[in-house]
Amino acid sequence: MQIEDFPVELSPVPGAMPVWRGGVDAAQWRSLAEQVRGKGGRLVALWASEIVGRHAFEVHMALTVRSGLVWLTLPVSAQRPEFPGIADVFPAANRMQRAAFDLLGVRAEGGDARQWLRHGAWAEHEFPLRKGFDVKAMHQASAEHYPFVAVRGDGVHEIPVGPVHAGTIEPGHFRFSIVGERVLRLEERLGYKHKGVEKLFESMSIVDAARLAGRVSGDSTVAYGWAYCMAAEGAAFATPPERAQWLRALLLERERIANHLGDLGFLGNDAGLAFGLAQFSRLMEDVLRLNHTVFGHRYLMDAIVPGGVARDIDSAGAQAMRAEIGALRTAIRSLRVIYDEHPGLQDRFIGAGRVAPDLADRLGLCGLAGRASGMSWDLRTQFPPTPYDSLDVRMATHRNGDVAARVTVRFDEILESLDLCWVILDRLPHSEIRGSLPLPAEGSVGLGWVEGWRGEVLVALEAGPGGSLARVHPHDPSWQNWPLLEHAVIGNIVPDFPLINKSFNLSYSGVDL
Amino acid sequence: MYQILKKIAQSGIVSESPPEADESLRVLQQQLEDSVLRSFAGALTIRHVDAGSCNGCELEIHAANNPYHNLEGLGIRFVASPRHADMLLVTGPVSRNMETALKRTYDATPEPKLVVAIGDCGCTGGIFGESYASCGRVSNVIPVDVAVPGCPPTPRAILQGILTAIQLRAKL
Repeated sequence: MQIEDFPVELSPVPGAMPVWRGGVDAAQWRSLAEQVRGKGGRLVALWASEIVGRHAFEVHMALTVRSGLVWLTLPVSAQRPEFPGIADVFPAANRMQRAAFDLLGVRAEGGDARQWLRHGAWAEHEFPLRKGFDVKAMHQASAEHYPFVAVRGDGVHEIPVGPVHAGTIEPGHFRFSIVGERVLRLEERLGYKHKGVEKLFESMSIVDAARLAGRVSGDSTVAYGWAYCMAAEGAAFATPPERAQWLRALLLERERIANHLGDLGFLGNDAGLAFGLAQFSRLMEDVLRLNHTVFGHRYLMDAIVPGGVARDIDSAGAQAMRAEIGALRTAIRSLRVIYDEHPGLQDRFIGAGRVAPDLADRLGLCGLAGRASGMSWDLRTQFPPTPYDSLDVRMATHRNGDVAARVTVRFDEILESLDLCWVILDRLPHSEIRGSLPLPAEGSVGLGWVEGWRGEVLVALEAGPGGSLARVHPHDPSWQNWPLLEHAVIGNIVPDFPLINKSFNLSYSGVDL
Repeated sequence: MYQILKKIAQSGIVSESPPEADESLRVLQQQLEDSVLRSFAGALTIRHVDAGSCNGCELEIHAANNPYHNLEGLGIRFVASPRHADMLLVTGPVSRNMETALKRTYDATPEPKLVVAIGDCGCTGGIFGESYASCGRVSNVIPVDVAVPGCPPTPRAILQGILTAIQLRAKL
């Protein structure tokens, strides 16, 4: 679907990405979702907000079309805060709609009406993101009943797992319904890490909030930092200096390399090859140490700031990174041969946790996991911002959709990222690294959209008066991919769940907000 | 197998020596009795609880287990249940949705137990602070022995925090 085909008036949203915005009515809201879906478009994010100064609400969705992203906004009255649900069109919308109700009291008509982020830390009739909500008031916590879908039959039983898990991972609850060792159904219950991130944004200045954006999901701090700054710069009609844009891409690729290295180690370990964890975690540590030396932070937190980047690199730093690229290429290639030729490992990887391409398409799998299931989508090739528009990124894809495919995509992507880092270092333009960020006018909006290592991170921002923030919505690709994990484990044995889960490696913090 | 052995031989041993304990990290004077200290028996087991972090601290806890920092080489090991643990390593501001789970994990850990709060959020609530959704620092919810600042703290700082908490035992 193209921009010209939309029956509503769309205006471009200023910023680094091709984004258009327009208002719709309730009928158009649904019909446009259906039309975009029919033409192969995807839902990237859905969120709600309160219209400042008036007691009314808005619900937003971001959809992909052939020429970019369309941000549609539907006004919702306070008297009857409801909007037509689209979870039947885009299944990924289900949890986003439930979160919108829990935070703003704007309900999607039809479908699943269970709570999602609200576990009982605030009452059912209170909505934290409403402007009148008292942040300081501690509401009486109560354990609320959550109706899991029950599976009945001879020999079916449930295994509840979490929120505190057995490994060093984030908290969430998994309810397995099984027969013998085989998984019949998995239902996830997340929201345990909800710590009021979106409300907190509204109490921060547009510049200070970059720090918070970098802590929505710590493992993707660069992706969030860039997406947030892209949104803030768009709202302020500012463009960062060219060198800063190139350095941002260098940071993003280094984040991708570090995370993929970590995942490859844990994937080997979860399949019984501790050697893999030792080797890959050693390589990851090397990358983190060089990050600290060159950029001042092991995970590159706060390296991207509104208007540019915090720190430039010198020739010694560039030289160290070049040497590292060479060493990593050799090490990764030799480890890849060992992984590929290890019968025990391949036996666990191949066929485990399969998401077939048609299912991935129907449910909207995205990012790295999507590419391993035939969803050829990578923002760095689809809508490349500077400097990706001149880097010619080779997208890694696979059609098998199993753990082995997600391992292969990770290997391909690390090697590609190493090449990209090399080219970026070679062609890094000379300019300032940080420009000024004018205060955006009240009510102006911006949108950031960045291909992080896990998938596309989106940040939508609306400025308030005097450099404050009226609303910020950070969106993690894990919203799309968590429901697919439930499908990936069907028919697999319970002991394979940790391996399958790790092969997706989704963020809890990024979706619990 | 030959390739694996060759790689292991080439990599060598990269483990570094552990840091010294740091008394300034201690927030609560532990009253550890002799019998209690002996019960650790030369090995410490840790249960990690993420009570609401951004997941940055988890990355550094993983890193503490990598071959450079080699936590397990010191006889310190992560276990799957609080019932097997001598120490809780708690990250994050405690989200209100995790408050009950954290308290239950604490209660399930046998005495004598040590609690180390990891990261700026665990120490003070960090950038998330206290709100309708966050209880703030870990010591607002359960007693904390040692708090390790940093966003996230380096693996070395985490190691130092753990060693500080068990230092009394080492002196015996």
